[in-house]
Amino acid sequence: MRHEVRFSGFGGQGIILSAVILGRAAVMYDGIYAVQTQVYGPEARGGASMSSVIIDEAPILYPKVKDPDILVMMSQEGFEKYGVSAREDAVMIIDSSLVQSRPRCRYLEIPATTEAKNTLGREIVANIIMLGALVRATGIVREESIEKAILDSVPKGTESLNIKAMKRGMELVPGGKIG
Amino acid sequence: MQGNVACAEGALAAGCSFFGGYPITPSTEIAEHMALKLPKAGGVFLQMEDEIGSIAAVIGASWTGARAMTATSGPGFSLMMENIGFAAMTETPCVIVNVQRGGPSTGQPTMSGQADMLQCRFGSHGDYSIIALSPESVQEMYELSVMAFNLADRFRVPVFLMADEIIGHLRERIEIPDSVQRVERRPLNQGDLPFHPGEDLVPGFPRFGSGFKVHVTGLTHDERGYPCTTNPKVHEELVKRLVEKVESKRHEIADYRVTNPDAERVFVTYGSPSRSVEQVIHDNPGEEIGHLRFRVVWPFPEDALREFKDAKAFFVPEQNLGQIAREIERHTSVPVIRLPRFGGSLHTPEELTSALGAFK
Repeated sequence: MRHEVRFSGFGGQGIILSAVILGRAAVMYDGIYAVQTQVYGPEARGGASMSSVIIDEAPILYPKVKDPDILVMMSQEGFEKYGVSAREDAVMIIDSSLVQSRPRCRYLEIPATTEAKNTLGREIVANIIMLGALVRATGIVREESIEKAILDSVPKGTESLNIKAMKRGMELVPGGKIG
Repeated sequence: MQGNVACAEGALAAGCSFFGGYPITPSTEIAEHMALKLPKAGGVFLQMEDEIGSIAAVIGASWTGARAMTATSGPGFSLMMENIGFAAMTETPCVIVNVQRGGPSTGQPTMSGQADMLQCRFGSHGDYSIIALSPESVQEMYELSVMAFNLADRFRVPVFLMADEIIGHLRERIEIPDSVQRVERRPLNQGDLPFHPGEDLVPGFPRFGSGFKVHVTGLTHDERGYPCTTNPKVHEELVKRLVEKVESKRHEIADYRVTNPDAERVFVTYGSPSRSVEQVIHDNPGEEIGHLRFRVVWPFPEDALREFKDAKAFFVPEQNLGQIAREIERHTSVPVIRLPRFGGSLHTPEELTSALGAFK
C-alpha cells in the first residue's frame, strides 16, 4: 500500500536527512520501494523546509506526494505551510516543543527538541527522536531497518548518540503503534 | 540514490575519465560527485571558469582519447552552443548532460523544465546532427549515461543526456549492474586520411599522442583535415555526411517503450512526465490507454508512432509549449494534443485523465 510521508520544519533541523534515512530503510533493509523528493527553492534555507517520501511494496510511478497520510511537523511555520491542510484520516507526529497548533487529524505529541536538549544533551538529534517515534507509531518500516539506515547516514562518532535518540523517540510513543 | 548521483555513477562505470564543468542548479550534484570520485579513479576533474571553457576542455580531453563529459542547465547550456557546433564539425565524441530547469534566461533555477529539447537539436549554427536521450527514472539516469558514452564514441558526435530537475533530484531505488557494455571509438588506421569516412560514414579516430599528425578545425575541411572553405563540393559533402552519419542510423539508435499498442488514445512522453502517464495507466486498468515513451528523442524515432496503428489521438504532456509535439505533428496525420505544463512541476495523473476524457 502506498504511504506518503511529509516532513517539515526549519532549515538545519535535518528535515531532508530524515526523509533520506526513512527512504533508505525501506529500500535497502525492508526491500520495498521508496521515492524521496524535497523543496529546493531559496525558501528551503532557514525558512520552512519540507521533504517527502513515498513508500510502497510496488514500484512507485508518480513520484510526487499528492496528499500525505503521515506527517512529521517540527516547526510552527512548517505546520502552517505543510501541516494545516492534512487530511482528516492522516496521522501527524508533532514536535510539541516547537509546534503550538494542532491539526484536525489524529496526532501524537513528541517533545523531541526538549528531549534532545535535556535528556541527550544535543538538540541536533531531535529529528532522529522524531524518526524513532514515527516508526514505532506507524510501523511504516521495521525498527531494525530504521536503525541500520540511521547508522549508514550519520557522521562517524555520533552513532551511539543517534541510536539513543531513536530509542528515546520510540519510548515516547504511548502504547506503541497508532494508525 | 539521487538521479544526479546515478548519472555520475553511470559515467564512472562507462569509463569517463574527464569532467570539465561549472556548477549550476539543478545539475550541481553531478559535478560534486565527479569531483569526489573521478580523481580517485585516476581521472581528471576540472572546474572551469565558465561553461564556454567547460565544453572546450571536454573537447580537448576527448581528442586525447578520454571519455569526457560536462553537466549543466539552461543558462550554461546556452553558453556552450558555439563549441557544441565545433564538436559537431570536428566530430568530437563527448557527453553533455543538461538537467533542465525553467527558462528562458535564468528562469526558475530550482524547478523543472523540458524547454531545451529543440535547443539541443538546433542550438548551434549550421546544419548538423546530434543524439539526445531522456531518462524517466534514477535507474535510467545511470543506464542512459552509459549509453550516451557508447553512442558518442560510435558516431563521433556530441550526445546529450536531456534530464530534468524532477529526475535529477529524485532519490529512489536503483540496481547497479556488475559491469556495463562498452562500445569503443574505431581507431584510425595508419595511412588513412583522418577525415576519410568509413562505410558507416564515421571516420576512424586519430587519438592525440598516438603518432598521427592531425589538424582539427571548425573551418570546412577536406579529408586531410585541412581548411578548404571556398570549395562548394567539399562543404556539401562534409555537412551532408555530418547529418547522414546519424540520420541514416536512426533505426539503430532508436530506443523507446510501447505500452498498449492497440489503444486509440496514446500518450507520447519522454523524461519525468512519463511517470505521470504510467500512474494514469495503472489507475485505469479497464481502459485501453496507449503510451509511447522515448528514451532517445533525437534523431527523432518517427517509426515508433506507427506502432500505434489504431491511434485516434496522440496526447503529448511536456514541460514546454509543445516542442516535441511539433515534431510528432510532422510525422502523423492523427490529431496531436499538446498538454503543456508550466511553472516547473509535474503533470498530475488527474489532469492527464481529464485531458483524455475531454477527447471523444
